[in-house]
Amino acid sequence: MQFMLLFSRQGKLRLQKWYVPLSDKERKKISRDLVQTILARKPKMCSFLEWRDLKIVYKRYASLYFCCAVEDQDNELITLEIIHRYVELLDKYFGSVCELDIIFNFEKAYFILDEFLLGGEAQETSKKNVLKAIEQADLLQEFNIGTFKEIKIFLLGEI
Amino acid sequence: MSPSVPLQEMIRAIRSARTQCEERGVIQRECAAIRAQFRQSDNGGRSHNLAKLLYVHMLGYPAHFGQMECVRMIASPRYSEKRVGYLGAMMLLDEKQDASLLITNSIKNDLSHSNQYVQSLALCTLACMGSAEMCRDLAPEIDRLLRASNSYIKKKAALCAVHIVRKVHDLGEMFAPAARSLLSEKNHGVLHGAVVLITELCERNLETLEKFRKAVPDLVQIMKGLVISGYSPEHDVAGISDPFLQVRILRLLRILGHNNEAASDAMNDLLAQVATNTDSTKTVGNAVLYETVLTVLDIKSESGLRVLAVNILGRFLLNNDRNIRYIAMISLQKIVGTDHNAVQRHRGTIVDCLKDQDASVKRRALDLSLALVSASNIRSMMKELLIFLSSCPLELRSQAASGIFIAAERYAPSQRWHIDTILHVLTTAGGDVRDETVPNLIQLITNASELHCYTVHKLYRALLTDISQQSLVQVACWCIGEYGDLLLRGECQETEPVQVSEDDVLDALETVLQSHMSSPATRGFALTATMKLSTRITDNVDRIRSIVSIYGSCIDVELQQRAVEYNALFKKYDHMRAAVLERMPVIEKTAPGQTNGESTGEPIKDIQSVKVKQGELLLPQPPANQVCDLLDLLGGSEETLQPSPAAGGTAPGLPANTASTAGGDLLDLLGGLEPAPLTPAPTVQVYEKDGVTLTMSCEKQSATGLTVTLTASNSTESDISSLTLQAAVPKSVQLHMKAPSGDSLPARGAAKVTQMVVLNNPNKVNLKMRVRISYSSQGSAFQDTIQIDAFPGLSAAGH
Repeated sequence: MQFMLLFSRQGKLRLQKWYVPLSDKERKKISRDLVQTILARKPKMCSFLEWRDLKIVYKRYASLYFCCAVEDQDNELITLEIIHRYVELLDKYFGSVCELDIIFNFEKAYFILDEFLLGGEAQETSKKNVLKAIEQADLLQEFNIGTFKEIKIFLLGEI
Repeated sequence: MSPSVPLQEMIRAIRSARTQCEERGVIQRECAAIRAQFRQSDNGGRSHNLAKLLYVHMLGYPAHFGQMECVRMIASPRYSEKRVGYLGAMMLLDEKQDASLLITNSIKNDLSHSNQYVQSLALCTLACMGSAEMCRDLAPEIDRLLRASNSYIKKKAALCAVHIVRKVHDLGEMFAPAARSLLSEKNHGVLHGAVVLITELCERNLETLEKFRKAVPDLVQIMKGLVISGYSPEHDVAGISDPFLQVRILRLLRILGHNNEAASDAMNDLLAQVATNTDSTKTVGNAVLYETVLTVLDIKSESGLRVLAVNILGRFLLNNDRNIRYIAMISLQKIVGTDHNAVQRHRGTIVDCLKDQDASVKRRALDLSLALVSASNIRSMMKELLIFLSSCPLELRSQAASGIFIAAERYAPSQRWHIDTILHVLTTAGGDVRDETVPNLIQLITNASELHCYTVHKLYRALLTDISQQSLVQVACWCIGEYGDLLLRGECQETEPVQVSEDDVLDALETVLQSHMSSPATRGFALTATMKLSTRITDNVDRIRSIVSIYGSCIDVELQQRAVEYNALFKKYDHMRAAVLERMPVIEKTAPGQTNGESTGEPIKDIQSVKVKQGELLLPQPPANQVCDLLDLLGGSEETLQPSPAAGGTAPGLPANTASTAGGDLLDLLGGLEPAPLTPAPTVQVYEKDGVTLTMSCEKQSATGLTVTLTASNSTESDISSLTLQAAVPKSVQLHMKAPSGDSLPARGAAKVTQMVVLNNPNKVNLKMRVRISYSSQGSAFQDTIQIDAFPGLSAAGH
């Protein structure tokens, strides 16, 4: 995957993850153009399009568009599944996720994405494992005591 | 996990701003506060501040002053700060920034941290934005992690290695052994990472690919386990066990089995099993089937399996889900060249997809339909294509029109059908056809001599209905001018004759002349046609004379010039008028397969817009037939030529300042050159006439560059001199002609002349080239045009 964008129906970016090295200016331009192209499409249209020289796969979930740019050899249908899996992860984590959750907790949306995809490829195919890892990392962050040794004792003490 | 309150407050404040200006104000205040905080020493809120900054950055505001803070936070011992610091690094830094190098050390340390979540942060960041230098530095670390760590880290290290290999290709060999051993792990995440890594290694290095072929049985085993095994809740998606892993394994198998009998055999059974057993009611099942089909079609599979694969695609075509139909058509397009008959079976469905609502689906259907046209189905296909043309979206029109023309030319069952089809296209989509359709159609008409009457009647009727489609009007004017007498005679076998009087015809032409919809070229056609009628009608010659003299003071210089010359024909050269304006001879074809002025263009998206240049000049005593040429053939468009550098001027025998396209030759290059590797450059003969032969050989220089070498030889008894070659290509293709080796060909093939043409096709359009050869032999000048459609060694599939 080259990049993933989440944007609202008004074209506001809610999340952007870039796996290719591009300057800020280039990223802005690509986002702007692509968002406009996708927003112009009608609801029943195909989820795949060829844009510039990229393959774009996108899907709309409620008020958010999830859009990925994949390479030529990538399977578009499985990319749709990847998008769906990410939505499921967000849903499980936030409990019935909505756009506001992603706006106010954008850094967590990123953390979840980073536990699911790495370098543009899926790293963990089990939903359970991804969520477990996030939970553990969150605990670690929560008990932001100082050294990790203390956290271990603290947690063990709890149990 | 408790949310960051300061962050949420800021977000709320920004969102409540009612105008853009207000929002900017809020953000400026916040950024100032953040900057102040950054300058202070360590306080508890550092991660909140950076998070705020990242939010601001996502809204599109500048945030570069946060880069150093990211670097500092990454080095912090606190996990919360590291987490946000790494996130900031991935968002604000990219490998082109200098600050990114500063985090290399932190990453290195964190890769060997005792806590796996810290290691994970480092791996994630490296895989996301690691530059080549960072990758080189840290590759040994990654290799170590690949071998000795828990599965949580191993799976991340594998994908990190993928990124490293993409950045620094040579490091691939380092990871190959570790990757191999990872295949025996049980953890799906690790397996997935290993398969991705192996895929990447095999794609880059042939030797590695050879080595990994031995892993095919293992992969087949893993895959079987996934397909046959019982329900595994952890990895199940709608009844398919770990589809992500299945798809990746299938892709790797495709690469390993490509062009290799043994490997392909080993996976045959498995592929058959997956193809038949996978449930295709949901997208996820179709995703696996799709990958399976791609694999089957790309390896050396047995024919039964291939048929199965094509049938799956056929089923996809009937699927309600538009995405699946689109996917099916893409795949069918890939194999339409090789498995043509199999795809033909699904022609009906594909043609139905032309009527789909979605533009992408329509485009695919159009491409496929054009590829499936053959001699046996031409009539029915053309009917469908013409229906499509009348309702298709604008961006597809010119492609559809060109495709129709090519198909019509290749498989036209009769000339009348051909002319009818072209006329139909001109009436429906006349504005989107290429400009050289006009001369092509004209040539076609002159060749179909028995249909002149029919054609002129049809065109006259079309002209009466609508004069806005320029191409149609131009052809109509030309025909009326040429065959006006047939029109006036009022009898026609093929179609209902119209009772037309001379006044009617002249009215029609005058309407075209005066209409503001007519382009200058069209008016030129109309004026010439009017002039030609002066010899074909009897009563209204005076009317023609007056029309012509009116235009003698027209503002348009071209029209004025023509009118003045025609006036001269009436007055001073009246005795020559009949001879000058007599019927055009049939335009000859130069050689079988290469037609003069005919455009068998592949979809021409980038063709230069043809500038219409009027008949150059009428020197006081030009030879009669040259005047005819200039008057009639040149009404069409001409492309600009690229003359060869050593050539003195245009071909001898023509008036010196005639544009090189006198004679109506359109040296426009269509044609796509499919870049194909040619090791020994094969030579093909492209032209042979009167003892002069021209051969061509091509050599591919790069992905878009091609060198064509033209060699001319002379087998006649007399010497040939002043040999020049000129060439033209489509607009987006760059052409550079090197100097020829000489310009004379001694008799009896004693020596040859070669000339190199360097082409660069950056947009990868279909390449064609038109070459004009001109020379003088025994005191007279010869000239000819060659159309080159196919370049040796390249297959022209489907078009």
